[in-house]
Amino acid sequence: MSISIQSIRKTFGSYTALDNISLEVPDGSLTALLGPSGSGKTTLLRIVAGLEFADPGSGRVLFHGEDVTDVQAGQRGVGFVFQHYALFKHMTVAENIAFGLTVLPSSKRPPKKDIDDRVNELLGLVKLDGLGKRRPHELSGGQRQRVALARALAIRPKVLLLDEPFGALDAQVRKDLRRWLRIFHDEIGLTTLFVTHDQEEALELADQVVVMANSRIEQVGPPQQVYDHPETPFVIRFLGNVNAIKDSRNPEAPIYVRPHDVSILFAAEADPATDRLARVQHLFAAGPVAKLSLRLDDGQFLDAELSRQQLDELGLDVGDPVAVRMQGASRFE
Amino acid sequence: MGKKRVIPGFGLSFGITVFWLGIIILIPLSALFIKAAGLGPGEWWKILTSARVLAAAKLTFGASAAAAAVSTVLGLLVAWVLVRYQFPGRRILDAIVDLPFALPTAVAGITLTSIYAPTGWIGKYLADMGIQGAYSPFGVFIALTFIGFPFVVRTVQPVMEDMGLELEEASAILGAGRWTTFRRVIFPVLIPALITGFTLAFARAIGEYGSVIFISGNLPMKTEILPLLIVAQLEQVKYEAAAVIASGMLLVSFFLLFLINLLQRRLNWQTR
Repeated sequence: MSISIQSIRKTFGSYTALDNISLEVPDGSLTALLGPSGSGKTTLLRIVAGLEFADPGSGRVLFHGEDVTDVQAGQRGVGFVFQHYALFKHMTVAENIAFGLTVLPSSKRPPKKDIDDRVNELLGLVKLDGLGKRRPHELSGGQRQRVALARALAIRPKVLLLDEPFGALDAQVRKDLRRWLRIFHDEIGLTTLFVTHDQEEALELADQVVVMANSRIEQVGPPQQVYDHPETPFVIRFLGNVNAIKDSRNPEAPIYVRPHDVSILFAAEADPATDRLARVQHLFAAGPVAKLSLRLDDGQFLDAELSRQQLDELGLDVGDPVAVRMQGASRFE
Repeated sequence: MGKKRVIPGFGLSFGITVFWLGIIILIPLSALFIKAAGLGPGEWWKILTSARVLAAAKLTFGASAAAAAVSTVLGLLVAWVLVRYQFPGRRILDAIVDLPFALPTAVAGITLTSIYAPTGWIGKYLADMGIQGAYSPFGVFIALTFIGFPFVVRTVQPVMEDMGLELEEASAILGAGRWTTFRRVIFPVLIPALITGFTLAFARAIGEYGSVIFISGNLPMKTEILPLLIVAQLEQVKYEAAAVIASGMLLVSFFLLFLINLLQRRLNWQTR
């Protein structure tokens, strides 16, 4: 089910958390809201969930064309996974998962047997078979995360919303769970919107990345497009390491170039039209990629990355003069 | 014992604990029982089953239980307001909760008496409704509620603060109504703290003396509480009788507190 967000504003007192946000989340997609803390991404997610309401008189939120702007969270049919899971600690895993079904009014509540079947089915889906009788505190972080997911899915939500789903996990579990979530999403095909501040996570996982900063959307697009064709200086800076090099042509607008897009040549091969001269300031070559810190002829520093093989061919050492060529550089004028 | 422990100082701290418990709790209590042992079982039985002692025991334990129960409900409400809402004067209200801890109980007793007496500010309205405020078992109950409810607020408050809003949001988003959320999500988390608060308020109420003697009127068989009866015996130089009543009271209190403790273990999901 698609989500359509139309010119939403949200203010807390004098602070504007969301400034006229519009966004389309296509049916069945996995969309990431990516941004630093304070960018408004969590507020936007909470407005979609109905946990927060947009300013009166501002825009609408539509699920598959149906206006849900004024619908309470419990009636929207959304699955929500909280950053710290918010599991009910006094209930077993099975009771947690069944919660959304057991609180239905008796006219709509499925019979107990159906609820049990659904819980078992979900436990299987999130790979927690046999753990239904445990309590949340007996589970690992990754397992709790999946219980929260199963609980959210039990009510057969129209859309799934995840707030920093991997934020509280350690690096390895994070990676595994990320991969698992991608496969899981492809299997169930539920429209999913998740919040993250980790650009790697957003780029790796999502079909569509929404980059947010300062209460606004900076850019929306597939990961590859957002990475390769950033539309604003913020996006290029936020999506990975980048050099901002000033030149004489327009000192106000620097050239942005990623370290792996910097080519290094022998100083003698420099083409004055495109290349600049530099010296190797520092060199770090442990690992598959060699990282160089270069000092340009005007004193600015430039980071570059080379394969080990390229480095060996150039035979560089600290202090050596080189020529640098910046490919795929962006300038925002 | 030769085993290495991660936390050092067990011997020393355990020694201090035992010594301290000994001189401030165990030795005085044993002295009480030794004194009471001066009388035989027959006399024990006679004193403890005398109509006046039974009436006082009924009032003491009954009013204490009722006051602790009401304190639990009120305390829960007050804690909820203090934790969940921001309003001007919240900090002052928060500080006021502690006043019954600090106020000399006699002062509390006299103040409550003057207010709840049939001519007092509140007492006259109660009198209009045919309820006697001060100088009645109800007056005892009022004093014990005043004394007990801060215990509940102070035990529930930190648990509530810890709980945060996420659990409620999770419940709401899964379709639960407000009442269901309270009953199934919030309340179970608060139960252990509520029982602890109840127990403290109850224990405190059983032993309460200062405030009650002013508001109760101290009529034997009607509004006399056990601690007062004990003092009355002492004034008549019946030390053994006083010790017997005190011992009986202590045993019953211990038994009740022990039962509550068991109940708490059963209900506490953390230890289950």
